[in-house]
Amino acid sequence: MMQTRVRWMLWVSVVSAVALTALGICVGSVGFENLLQPLLNPALDPERTAMAHQIVWEIRLPRTVGAWAAGALLGLAGAVAQGLFRNPLADPYLLGSASGASLGVALALAAMGGGAGMLGGGGNMMNSGVAISVFSSSLWVRLGLTGAAFVGAVLAILLTLLLSRGVSHTLRLLLAGVVVGAVLGAVTHLVLMLSPDSLQAMWAFMLGSTAFVGWVSVSMMAVAWAVCVIAAWLLARVLDGLSLGDATAQSLGLAVVPMRAALVAVLALATGTAVAQTGLIAFVGLAAPHLVRSVLKTTHGQLILLASLVGGVLLMAADTLARWLIAPQELPVGVLTAVLGGGYLLWLMHRGPAKVGGAL
Amino acid sequence: MSFAQQLLRSTALWGELRASARVAALICAALLASPTVQAAQVTDDRGVTVTLAGPPQRIVSILPSLTETVCELGHCARLVGVDRYSNYPASVQKLPQVGGGMDPNVEAIVALRPDVVLMAKSSRVGERLEALGIKVVALEPKTHADVQRVMMKIGQLLEVADAQRIWRAIDAGVSAAAQSVPANVRGTKVYFEVNQGPYAASEASFIGETLTRLGAKNIVPAKLGPFPKLNPEFIVRANPDLIMIGQPSAAGLQQRPGWQSIRALREQRLCIFPSEESNVLVRPGPRMAEGARLMAKCLVDKAPKP
Repeated sequence: MMQTRVRWMLWVSVVSAVALTALGICVGSVGFENLLQPLLNPALDPERTAMAHQIVWEIRLPRTVGAWAAGALLGLAGAVAQGLFRNPLADPYLLGSASGASLGVALALAAMGGGAGMLGGGGNMMNSGVAISVFSSSLWVRLGLTGAAFVGAVLAILLTLLLSRGVSHTLRLLLAGVVVGAVLGAVTHLVLMLSPDSLQAMWAFMLGSTAFVGWVSVSMMAVAWAVCVIAAWLLARVLDGLSLGDATAQSLGLAVVPMRAALVAVLALATGTAVAQTGLIAFVGLAAPHLVRSVLKTTHGQLILLASLVGGVLLMAADTLARWLIAPQELPVGVLTAVLGGGYLLWLMHRGPAKVGGAL
Repeated sequence: MSFAQQLLRSTALWGELRASARVAALICAALLASPTVQAAQVTDDRGVTVTLAGPPQRIVSILPSLTETVCELGHCARLVGVDRYSNYPASVQKLPQVGGGMDPNVEAIVALRPDVVLMAKSSRVGERLEALGIKVVALEPKTHADVQRVMMKIGQLLEVADAQRIWRAIDAGVSAAAQSVPANVRGTKVYFEVNQGPYAASEASFIGETLTRLGAKNIVPAKLGPFPKLNPEFIVRANPDLIMIGQPSAAGLQQRPGWQSIRALREQRLCIFPSEESNVLVRPGPRMAEGARLMAKCLVDKAPKP
């Protein structure tokens, strides 16, 4: 029964991802337009086909796939965090790892931007690599920003754990996460205030944006996703054990401490990579695992995989809406996910007390 | 007589003395100076009519374009405090800073004992300052027409007789810049990016108005609002001939997905304004002629000439 549901959900999320990719290709700055048709029939109108090819291949497809990948990373991070901290409220946001990641990005930008400013010193800076942009698509910049976000996320999680003195006390853990998130968020704003040049772009970034996601970002997220899925799959057993308590997990012969450290690394890698490419996107990491759990009960291995696939679909849908609703203008996708995800969680809470215990 | 009573009496006396001195001074002024020296009155952009005893001698401005307007009208010396973004003319950089326009330091403003505080309508600090007994004139320069209106209002407040003439000189400067743009460059499709969001300056913005006067074709229509956050694809499809952008935003412009096909980037038709020039371009103030000259120069140097 459960395995049928798992298979069913797997198919639904894969099929909707494919369907949304097709839709995402057809939604752009003019709202909905069928670009698949000129792409598939190049003989009809070669000029239109060339335009469609460029728009789809260089802009819409990487954005759409990038939104899926970022959502998948966040969904995975959410499922790992909830298992790791044995807390259904855990998500990359609440534990401060997303704030840590964005602080890492802000610091890296401020450091590099400040350096470039000093070297260049204004004047005619045509064509020289001016400062570093948060939306840059150079491989090295993206790698650097991702690394900074990863380090920031790891440090934030460690700080949260340090403040809460372990994961045993739920309330303390959440409070510590909220405190770390708030403090690191404030520090990020301070860094941005002190280096106004990086400030401009970072504002757009802090609200979440897939506008400039190119193939470099996509491949980086894809690699991180593959690594995280494999690692989480291998480590899922420890999450199942942990859900019964530390003592039980240890008695099952699991090396709890190193495996937990590895899971923290997975969480930080997933969060950091997503944040470094698309900025702060709220609620996907929280909502995706709950959506899966509201449909079925399963082991952590399957939960993580499904939450990841569902997260991808959620963000893809939100991103498509974000560029469709007021085209050619765009809504910040993070604002949209916060509204939709928040609404979903409220609905989940008010469905009835019996279900709340199970799903939330 | 107790000490307190003594103190009370002396302050009362002193107050009386001061009051009579002020009356005397006013009478003298009324007798000696031109008949324009009266209560200065101006209706600001909130619709509030502000009355001052006379032209303000101590002014705090917490909006760069208003700071520049006061100085352009020849009364830079009356400024006693500015916001942290006011940096032109150079003399205002030495003045005490009272925070930013959106987050001003009320205490610092009060301590400067200003006769009037000039600020943006959108600043929330107006009511607090008024509750503390400080006169506030809130103005909102956003368009070319606003620049003129604001200049007249401040001119009225400071009793500058030739504000109209100063405005005409600025306006003539913009027209001269427009005339310096050759006919074959008119109609150039221009994209002006204000922020990497990407946020653009549309036809409805201050920058867009200048571009229109210079004869350029802004790719972002007015109906999207002054500074819309665009889907980058919109810009790629509009295929501008020329891109104007501030230096902090210019990093990585070439590598944005799909942007290599934009004519402006293919042919290196790109004007990157350092932040000092960006300030001139984006501030709706008396330097708008200078801004128009910068953009005209950009068009002359970089626009494709058929």
